[in-house]
Amino acid sequence: MSIWEYANPKKFIATTTPVVPWVLWLSVALLAIGLIWGFFFTPDDFRQGSTVKIIYLHVPAALMAINAWFMMLVASLIWLVRRHHVSALAARAAAPVGVVMTLIALFTGAVWGQPMWGTWWAWDPRLTSFLILFLFYLGYIALWQAIEDPDTAADLTSVLCIVGSVFAMLSRYAVNFWNQGLHQGTSVPVVTGGRSVADVFFVPLVVCMVAFGTLFIALVLMGTATEIRARRIKALETRMRG
Amino acid sequence: MIALLRRDLALAVRAGGGFGLGLAFFLIVIVLVPLGVGPDATLLGAIAPGMLWVAALLAALLSLDRIFALDFEDGSLPLLATSPLPLEGVALAKGVAHWITTGLPLTIAAPALGFLLNLQPSAYVWLFASLALGTPALSMIGTFGAALTVGLRRGGLLMSLLVLPLYLPTLIFGAEAVRRGAEGLPAATPLLMLAGITLGAFALLPVAASAALRVNLR
Repeated sequence: MSIWEYANPKKFIATTTPVVPWVLWLSVALLAIGLIWGFFFTPDDFRQGSTVKIIYLHVPAALMAINAWFMMLVASLIWLVRRHHVSALAARAAAPVGVVMTLIALFTGAVWGQPMWGTWWAWDPRLTSFLILFLFYLGYIALWQAIEDPDTAADLTSVLCIVGSVFAMLSRYAVNFWNQGLHQGTSVPVVTGGRSVADVFFVPLVVCMVAFGTLFIALVLMGTATEIRARRIKALETRMRG
Repeated sequence: MIALLRRDLALAVRAGGGFGLGLAFFLIVIVLVPLGVGPDATLLGAIAPGMLWVAALLAALLSLDRIFALDFEDGSLPLLATSPLPLEGVALAKGVAHWITTGLPLTIAAPALGFLLNLQPSAYVWLFASLALGTPALSMIGTFGAALTVGLRRGGLLMSLLVLPLYLPTLIFGAEAVRRGAEGLPAATPLLMLAGITLGAFALLPVAASAALRVNLR
C-alpha cells in the first residue's frame, strides 16, 4: 500500500469520487462559519473600522494562490520523474483555481486599499509580486492550451513551471529591492511563531484559511477527475473512428 | 560548438538574416517615447533609464522566434540533436549567437540613444555596464522560451507571454542600476545581482532549454 497506487486513474477516480462531496461540504460549512463569525461576531478595528473584515477573504485567497503554485510545482516534478498522468492533470487542474485565487486576493486588496491607503493600486512589492504571479499563471495556462498532444503539453508545462518557480522567487526579491512597501507584514508569521493579528480576529481567520484550503483540494480533485474523463472520451472517440 | 556559433552568426549577418532589425526597432521605440510623452527634458531624463531598458528588452524579444524556428523548419534541428554535440551545448551556442547578434549591438548603441532621452551624464557608464551584464541573460531566457514553443505554429505571441514574466527580475535590476547611476547613488548591488542572474541563466537554462527541445523533437 503506497501513495503511488492513486496514480492509477481508475483507482484515483474510485477513491476521490465519494470523498469530494464531503470535502466540498466541509469547506462550504467552514467558509460559512468563518465568514459569518468574522463579519458579524467580531468587533470593528478601532482604526480600520469594519473594512478590516475583508481580511477573511484576502488572506486565505492570497495563501492559496501561492500554495496552488507550489502544488503545481510538486505535481510537475512528480510527472517529470515518475510519469504519472494523474499528477500532470492535477497540475493542470490547479492552475485555473490558482489564477482565480490570485484575482480574488488582488481584487479584495484593491477594495480594502481604496478607503485605507486612498488608492486602488500601489506599486508596492507585495502587490507587484502578486501581479507577477498572475502573469506566470497566465503563461502556464496559455501553454497548456496551445499544445495539442497531451504528453508534450504536460512535459513542456512542467519544465515551464519549474523554471517559472525560480524566476517567480527571483522576482519576489527583485521587487522587494526595487520599491519600499506600503503593504503591512504577514498576518501569520510562521517563522517567528508570533502573530500580528489579535485573537478575536485570528480564530475566524484560521477557520477561513482551512475552508479555502479544503475548497482548493475539492476543486483540484474534481478538476483532475474531469480531465481524466475528458481524456477517456477522447481515447474512445479515436478508437471508434478506427 | 564554435562551428555552430559561427554558422549561426553567418546566417544572421548575411542577407535575410535580419541582423539590423532589432537595432532599428530599438531606435524606433526610443524615438517614439518623446513623441508620446512630450519633449520635456527633465521628464525624459527621469524616465530614460527605464525606457532604454524596456526598449532593449522588447528589441531582444523581437528576434527570439528566429533562434530555433528556421532550423526546425528546414530539419537541421533534428540533425543537431543527433550530432555528437550535446543538446545543452546547442542551446548554449544558440543563446550566445543570439546575444552577439542582438544584445551586443544594443549594448553598444544604447549610450548613443541615451542622448536622445537626455540621460544624466553620470549614468552612461552604468547603462553600458548593466546592458552588457544583463542582455546575455535576456538572450538565454529567450532561448529557453523559443525552445518551449518551437513546435507550435503560432508560437510567437505565446512565447512573448511566457518569456516576459521571466524577464522581470533582469529588467528590475538593470533599470535600477542605471537609475541609481543617474542619481549618483552606489549602483554596485543591482549590477552584482544582474551578473548573478546572467551566470545562473547560463548555467541552468541550457539544460531546461534542451529538455524542452527533446520533448518538441519527439
